Amino acid sequence: MSEQAALKEKMTLAICSGDLDKALAAFMLATTAASMGMEVSMFFTFWGLNVIKKNEGSIKSKGLIRKMFNVINRGGSKRLTISKYNFGGFGTFMIKRLMKEMNMPSLDEFIVMAHEMGVKMIACTTTCGIMGVPEDSFRPEVTTLAGAATFLGDARESKITLFI
Amino acid sequence: MKADVSIDCVGLYCPMPIVKTASKIKELEPGQVLEVVADDKGIKQDMPAWCKATGNECLGIEEDKNGEIHVFVKKTK
Repeated sequence: MSEQAALKEKMTLAICSGDLDKALAAFMLATTAASMGMEVSMFFTFWGLNVIKKNEGSIKSKGLIRKMFNVINRGGSKRLTISKYNFGGFGTFMIKRLMKEMNMPSLDEFIVMAHEMGVKMIACTTTCGIMGVPEDSFRPEVTTLAGAATFLGDARESKITLFI
Repeated sequence: MKADVSIDCVGLYCPMPIVKTASKIKELEPGQVLEVVADDKGIKQDMPAWCKATGNECLGIEEDKNGEIHVFVKKTK
């Protein structure tokens, strides 16, 4: 059967959202699909880039507008907030606490786990350009920078494609 | 039901029992049986679905008095 490993089923996710809840859903599906033997690629665009920005250091953008933008839109898995009932961070804090009580992995742990399971993480070059996010802003699990054709190339061969 | 290897997923929620099952089953030989003990009720639906997708065999699901669910998975290849 090992010869057939090349014919793995594929799942492709486009992550456009930088909300903690949506990012968690995406990584839960990615890790589960990988454990079901699927080949998974995750394509991060627009606010989704915030999910895969590194947590440490600053984002070194060029130009005043982009510099300011990346201060208010810093991103990083540990800075994301929930899309509802955030209440200035209190809601996110409570959800994270409840997740910890339930022994759920954090988003950060999910990203590391997904990478170890072979999930491919791709950052969209166009939104990186618009927002002034240089290549070194991303965590090491992000291996590729690519455009829409890469996403569609993966998506057209996939059994499952989701836009999150 | 008897198992060759057992993993404890009590207190873990979806998708962790499935992720742990997938990584543990790699260490088994074909024909060996893995027991997964969990208390997330979702596993009763999820494990047969995982088995169907991966081609392994779900031999049975037993729930004990403590509410713990024992799932037996036979590695087929």
